[in-house]
Amino acid sequence: MFRVKYVFLQFVCLLQEKKEREREMALRNIMGKRVGIGLMGSRALSTATCDVESGSAKSINLYSAINQALHVALETDPRAFVFGEDVSFGGVFRCTTGLADRFGKARVFNTPLCEQGIVGFGIGLAAMGNRAIAEIQFADYIYPAFDQIVNEAAKFRYRSGNQFNCGGLTIRAPYGAVGHGGHYHSQSPEAFFCHVPGIKVVIPRSPRQAKGLLLSCIRDPNPVVFFEPKWLYRLAVEEVPEHDYMLPLSEAEVIRQGSDITLVGWGAQLSIMEQACIEAEKDGISCELIDLKTLIPWDKETVEASVRKTGRVLISHEAPVTGGFGAEISASIVECCFLRLEAPVARVCGLDTPFPLVFEPFYMPTKNKILDAIKATVNY
Amino acid sequence: MANWGRISSRTIGNHIRKRTNQGFIGSTVDINPSSGSSSALNGGRSVSDQNRRYLNPLPWSRATLSWFQRFKSTVAAKQHDSFLSSDSDDDHLSLDFPGGKVSYTCDMNFISESSQARVPCYRVLDDDGELIKDCDFQQVSKEVAVKMYSKMVSLQIMDTIFYEAQRQGRISFYLTSAGEEAINIASAAALTEQDIILPQYREPGVLLWRGFTLQEFADQCFGNKADYGKGRQMPIHYGSKEHNFFTISSPIATQLPQAAGIAYSLKMDNKKACVVSYIGDGGTSEVSTLTISYFICLLQFAHGYPNCFLQGDFHAGLNFAAVMEAPVIFFCRNNGWAISTNVSEQFRSDGIVVKGRAYGIRSIRVDGNDALAVYTAVSAAREMAVNEQRPILIEALTYRVGHHSTSDDSTKYRQLDEIVYWKNARNPVNRFRNWVQSNGWWSEQEETQLRNSVRKQLLEAIQVAEKTEKPPLSDMFTDVYDYPPPNLEEQEKHLRETISRHPTDYSSDIPL
Repeated sequence: MFRVKYVFLQFVCLLQEKKEREREMALRNIMGKRVGIGLMGSRALSTATCDVESGSAKSINLYSAINQALHVALETDPRAFVFGEDVSFGGVFRCTTGLADRFGKARVFNTPLCEQGIVGFGIGLAAMGNRAIAEIQFADYIYPAFDQIVNEAAKFRYRSGNQFNCGGLTIRAPYGAVGHGGHYHSQSPEAFFCHVPGIKVVIPRSPRQAKGLLLSCIRDPNPVVFFEPKWLYRLAVEEVPEHDYMLPLSEAEVIRQGSDITLVGWGAQLSIMEQACIEAEKDGISCELIDLKTLIPWDKETVEASVRKTGRVLISHEAPVTGGFGAEISASIVECCFLRLEAPVARVCGLDTPFPLVFEPFYMPTKNKILDAIKATVNY
Repeated sequence: MANWGRISSRTIGNHIRKRTNQGFIGSTVDINPSSGSSSALNGGRSVSDQNRRYLNPLPWSRATLSWFQRFKSTVAAKQHDSFLSSDSDDDHLSLDFPGGKVSYTCDMNFISESSQARVPCYRVLDDDGELIKDCDFQQVSKEVAVKMYSKMVSLQIMDTIFYEAQRQGRISFYLTSAGEEAINIASAAALTEQDIILPQYREPGVLLWRGFTLQEFADQCFGNKADYGKGRQMPIHYGSKEHNFFTISSPIATQLPQAAGIAYSLKMDNKKACVVSYIGDGGTSEVSTLTISYFICLLQFAHGYPNCFLQGDFHAGLNFAAVMEAPVIFFCRNNGWAISTNVSEQFRSDGIVVKGRAYGIRSIRVDGNDALAVYTAVSAAREMAVNEQRPILIEALTYRVGHHSTSDDSTKYRQLDEIVYWKNARNPVNRFRNWVQSNGWWSEQEETQLRNSVRKQLLEAIQVAEKTEKPPLSDMFTDVYDYPPPNLEEQEKHLRETISRHPTDYSSDIPL
């Protein structure tokens, strides 16, 4: 059985600001499903190279993994472009380091400060058969581009009767809590986009996942919104293969086997859920943890199979609970597995407030909140 | 204070005079009155230097420039660099800031909100279709002129008949381009087939010029299985890959930043082509109670033509095109009305043409009802866009003779005699016909023949389109993604079960 080492650094943040949330991270080993295998049924969404294990791998963090993916993307496709605010010098999170030097200003360039322009421009580029990799500096600023994404990108192929498409468009944006981000540097807006037929929404949980998923997104013939958990940019470190590899979209991954309850999440929240699972195990509760990875179109089959096994499900995400994507998963599971369920579907999510600064620790779905919900569900 | 004024205007004036011949101020136009090149269709016109002349549509440019300073952008054209680089004796008057050198002044002067006079409008034919004396224009051959005129007439007739079809309940919606035939056809005529069109929605004449057939128009309006859009969108939302005409979408101005991206792609591929993005009438209709059953989610922006310029996408599109130095022509149809909102309620600037300069984009205002003027301006713009790799802004003044759409009755908010005036006295089709006839290239007989022929073809096309089968149900589920994901497969299956249980809920004209 292949062991994937998933390493979190122990880290206490002392920033210039007075208050900084202390984050606990622990070394973890996660038994994961072999990745990159299998195209489900008729789907050939992306060609996954199967052997992630072959070749050398290096221990790198999330932004480096993303950087590698971008280097590979530009290297392997001369029609790939990377653009957005401040990407030229390397980007505010260093995800685009070295690209402009290596591939030139014509392919890697700064844009004016205008998200609707960035996405609109990207749609145009993609419509001409290019791979347009657009960066939105923070997911919190994606809304000016919402019209272009929803009314244009998502409908481009459909409305033209497949004469035109902008499948080469990938929009990357850092999302999620970072400890001190407040209203406008912490948002998780994935739910807005999950409601839009025609685009895909993908969220990686770790460096190795990020590189493979991002390459799949870039090469997928549909427009994709790729949210990167900014909290993990520096703090998550993992062995990442140095070669070109892809991970399949719309395939969820069971990253921890269990039998008593199914937990579903994505992105940075998985590490918190993982800690809750480990603690629950001490109380004899066996938790199965699933990384959804692609939110739309999402892998109902894997989640359903797991719920049929455990009879209980808990969903956790940072985004506010009302109208969050957890609601979709919950409704779907109830539809398919009502009689199998032993307890109501639990959701442990952010609160229905704008993302607060000093109250962040109270807002967040913490390990203990999740643990409480696990126990309540199991003991229902 | 006066001291600075004198010194700077003298030296800067000298700079301007030196730079004039390099096309710094005005736009360049290829004037070739004697040659009637018939290769005009393919845009293979060569520009001979001796015929190159410079139009200066900005009457105040020289004087104004002496006190209207430009900031140098880091990717500004070289002529701007040389303009701003000063002679050594001016150094003590200039300041260095990010963005370049700028002269300073101790006089606190606000730049006026408007210039003394409005930007003049370029025209070639007078209202009767006679050539104005000594006008610069691009000559067209008889072949091109006749084709242009024929297409303008076809557009008129197509509009009339499809409008009627909607009134009869045969199609669900239509909007006309009445009054804007010259814009539609003449702008298309000045381009090549390789130039990529991003329309708003009042430019079907461009498709007509390029060879989209009346049948193809009808098929889209009826949403039958021959519709390239597979029956998914409302009527008039045409699209044609073959003719490089991107599918129309209802949201206003969204095509503008996309145009910049497409143009950038052409630039990267070193293509000798440009993008033309039309903007103008904004907003889809306010739904009337009559047609409300046809529209579910229509009301987007209840603004119209120049409100598209108030849309952020206008700003985004022009700014990106300028910064990326992309070969795109932004063609604005300023037709006076945004559904019921008159220009006076839209903005406080002198129309759209003045906005070009704000983005560093060369601009021109043209009489949109003058086919020759539109043709000339677009030809020149295309050449600049392609050869100089820069965006151009064209504002074509015109009038929306028709209602906004079949959901609108414009007599409710404007005077009938105003509409009649523009329809008759300022009609672009009549005007151009007079010119074509005066050249001996057209006759009354040909007029009658053409009108009858087009009308007949249209009626036939409508009949055929009406009888043609609708697209199959499965077309609802394809093309959302490159192929349907599991949730759509499931939904289709479920829907088919529902249909079999309740067949009378569904019309029988959609094949299952």
